[in-house]
Parts: sequence; structure tokens; C-alpha cells
Amino acid sequence: MSENVFEESAAGRRASRTHSQVAAAVAEAHRREWGFVLAATVRVTRDIDLAEECVQDAYARALSTWDSRGVPANPGAWLTTVARRRALDLLRRDASLRARLPLLLDEPDPAPQPEIPDDRLRLVFTCCHPALAQPAQVALTLRLLCGLTTAEVAHAFLVSEPTMAARITRAKKKIAAARIPYEVPQAAALPERIEAVLTVVHLLYTTGHTAPAGASLVRRDLVERALDLARMLRQLLPSDADVAGLLALIVLTDARRSTRVADDGRLLLLADQDRSRWDQGAIAEGIALVREALRRRPPGRFALMAAIAAVHAEAPSWGDTDWRELVGLYDLLIDIWPSPVVALNRAVAVGFASGPCDGLAALDALAAEPQLAGYGYLAAARADFLRQLGRLDEARTAYEEALMLTENEVERRFLADRLASLPPP
Amino acid sequence: MAEYLILIYEDEKSWANADKAAYDSTLEGHNAFAEKHGSAIRGGKALWASDTATSIRQGAVTDGPFAETKEGLGGYYLIEAANLDDAIAIAKDVPAPFGGVEVRPIRVFD
Repeated sequence: MSENVFEESAAGRRASRTHSQVAAAVAEAHRREWGFVLAATVRVTRDIDLAEECVQDAYARALSTWDSRGVPANPGAWLTTVARRRALDLLRRDASLRARLPLLLDEPDPAPQPEIPDDRLRLVFTCCHPALAQPAQVALTLRLLCGLTTAEVAHAFLVSEPTMAARITRAKKKIAAARIPYEVPQAAALPERIEAVLTVVHLLYTTGHTAPAGASLVRRDLVERALDLARMLRQLLPSDADVAGLLALIVLTDARRSTRVADDGRLLLLADQDRSRWDQGAIAEGIALVREALRRRPPGRFALMAAIAAVHAEAPSWGDTDWRELVGLYDLLIDIWPSPVVALNRAVAVGFASGPCDGLAALDALAAEPQLAGYGYLAAARADFLRQLGRLDEARTAYEEALMLTENEVERRFLADRLASLPPP
Repeated sequence: MAEYLILIYEDEKSWANADKAAYDSTLEGHNAFAEKHGSAIRGGKALWASDTATSIRQGAVTDGPFAETKEGLGGYYLIEAANLDDAIAIAKDVPAPFGGVEVRPIRVFD
């Protein structure tokens, strides 16, 4: 009997090992292929909700089928075929499953063909359509292209699950009722529409890069999703300079990810980061992309932001940073993207290029910007320059102001440390 | 194909103070719109200002528009378009010098 038990448990171990490998393969396919599978399935269902159900079902089947028959060579194609077959089956069996809302496409795709079209571009342009509010665009992109659950999307944006569910439901209803097209826009409208898509991906990245609130500086999950989406867009729109620019920006910024927070959780600024630990492979990839993005004249917003990140990435040390080059790039950026936040970054670069006195003057010129009124970085940057100028009382007040304006705990601790390092009044 | 209602919302005070040239150029704009999009237009009318409106809630009749807003509904077009992108492209050509337009999909019950 004891022998038997051993045999069983050995077999059990083997089974659970394969089972966990299959689960990992399904999880990997979920992350890599969800958008592809869903986009192709919408072509058959012409209804997003029904397509989501069928794709969900296909992933559930993958768990059991791949367990017994092995992981297919092309998981995305397998999942799409299963999801589309399920969709056709449901539509045939029950005509009432066809939503009462108008369908997305005039003609359904004919029966699934061996070659599955890549419809992700259609899906991304539908999700990021300007007739949808931006929070809805972001939520739909995460849900439909990245396959996040409503709970995960809600968590990412710090709203309650019912609120996020309502937001997604309303957006889907509008897509159907108002007939937001499920297609790639005409060439004339394309640049503007690509800009909307890139804005969504950039927003996801910045939200992940410095979480607006909470215990950790970085929301790694969001950063990864933004990187996946940027890579997907690069694959689908290989000749678009703005797409190259956004991917470059994300890759270059993300190359510093392991050095932004110290082992004890403290925030490390660019000046204090261990540059030998920056990801040189990512930097090389990012710089090649920047070169490509800058080839278009005039360069776009993301190309210039990526060029700024590239200047930092290439500087051997903080002291050797080419601040004049940075001020020049910020000047170009302000011309095409006049935002107070860009002006703030420019002012900081001016401070390093020509001294804290000039930097402070550039910052103070922004004091009346209503958009910066609640922005902690302005107060923090002023505090740094005031400290360097020896105006310690004013520096103290500015650090205190910055502390009141951020809810990210890593940033708060950084500011509190700076404040504590000033000599007592 | 689908139908959309284009609702024209404008500041009524501005219209009340507008000179003849503003009326003339807007009228011309509507003529040009009708010429350009004649094949898509299913109907359309201008309305008297909202101080002529009468509202009825649960049988109670009151003087005035349903909702008091700075911009009042001044007219509409009913159009046919393949999708929202085409409808928006058409709606962008509707003259509305003192306001803008809203595009609403027409709901069809089977």
C-alpha cells in the first residue's frame, strides 16, 4: 500500500507539473494573444460582448485541451479558431443572441478561414475613438486589447469595480448604438486617430511609471501593458514615426526601472541612480528608435520626449549630462506641445544648464499657471533650487508644500528626507 | 446604413443680437450644406427660439423649454450615414456660428 501511495504521488507530481506548465502557457497566450483573438472574433460576432464570451470560453477550453493534447504550435490561431467556431455555433443555434443593439460590421466574416486576419488595428481604433471619453478609451483598451478583467482595470485606476463596470458597459453600448466603426480610419484621418491611440498608451505608461497614490512608486503591471501595446502598434504600423517615438520613450525610460528605487524603498532621482545598472540593451533599442522617429520633420511630441530620455540615457553621469541640448529639445517640444508640465521640466533643465538662479526664475515664471497649482513637482523643483541657493527658509516652505501635494508614499518619503536634511530653522 | 439626428445648439442671445449679415451667411451655409450632403439628408427644420417653447411634465403645462441652458436647440437635420465617422464628417459642415451640434444615433425597434 505504501508503494502505491508513493507511485500515486509521483504521478500526481508529474501531472501537476505538466498542469502548471499548461496553465503558464495559457497565461502567456492570454497576455500575448487576447487582443488578436478578440479582434478576429468580433469579425464573426459583430458584437463585442458576445465576442468576449466566446474568447473567454476558448481560453477555458485551452486549459483542459492543452492539458491532454499538448500546447499547439500557434496558440493564438488555435484560440481564434475555437472562439470563432463557438461564435458561429451560438449564432446559428440562437438567433436572439444577436444583440438588440446594431452590429458593428455590415457583413459578417465568412466562415472561419485557415488564415486568420490580424484585426487588432481595427479594435484599437474602435477602443480609442474620439467619440468616447478618454477614461473609457483607456478602460476599453485594457479590457479588450490586453484582456484585463473589469476588477483589474478598476484597481489600476483606483476606482470601484461597479464604477468601472458601468464605464465599460456604457462605452460598449455607445460603440454599438452610435456605430463607431470597426475599421482602420481613412488615410486623411489616420494621423489624428493614431495620436489618440498613442495618448492612451502614454497615459497608461505614465500612470504605471509613477503611481498617483499608494505604497509603491511603480505599477509594474501597467508599465508592462503599455510596453506590450506600444510594441504591438510598432508591429502593426511599422513606418509611423510617432509610434516609433512612443515606443522609444517607453523603452528608454523603462531601461532605468531597476534603479529608480533604492533597496530600502527610497526614491532615487536621476542624479543618484546607479547608471551601471541601466539596461543597455533597452537603451540601444530605444536610441535606434529615436533616430528613426526624428527623421520625420518636424519631429513629433513623442519623438522629442524620447530624444530627451535618450540624452539622459547616454550621459555617463549626472554631471556629464548635456543640459544645453536638453533645454534645446524642451524648446522644440514646447513649440509643438505647449504644456505647463513641459515648461516646468524645461525650467529644471535651465537650472542645470545655467545655474539655480536662472532655474528658479524660470520656475517662478510658471507660478501663475493654474494647471500647476496642485502639482507637487513645481514646489519640489523650487525647493531644490532654493536649497542650492542657500535660501533655506523658503526651501523648507517649498518642501512642505510639495509634501502636501503628493500621495505617493515613496515620493513623500523622499521629500520628507530632503526636508529633514535642511538645518533646523 | 444608419440614421442620425444632428441637433443644432446655439446661444440664442447672440442670435437675437445678430445683424443681417450673420443671418445671410448662415442661410448660405445651410444652402451649401444641403447641396453638398443632399443625398444623406432625410429631413431638417429650424425652430423658433426657446422662449416660444411649452413644456409638459406629467400633464402639467409650463411656459419655457424643458431645460434652461445657455445654448438652446435651434434646429435639426435627420441624416443617413454608414457609421459615426461619416455622420461626424457631415455634422462638421452644419453651420452653427454661435454654438455647435450634437450627433445622436436614431434608435430602431424591430
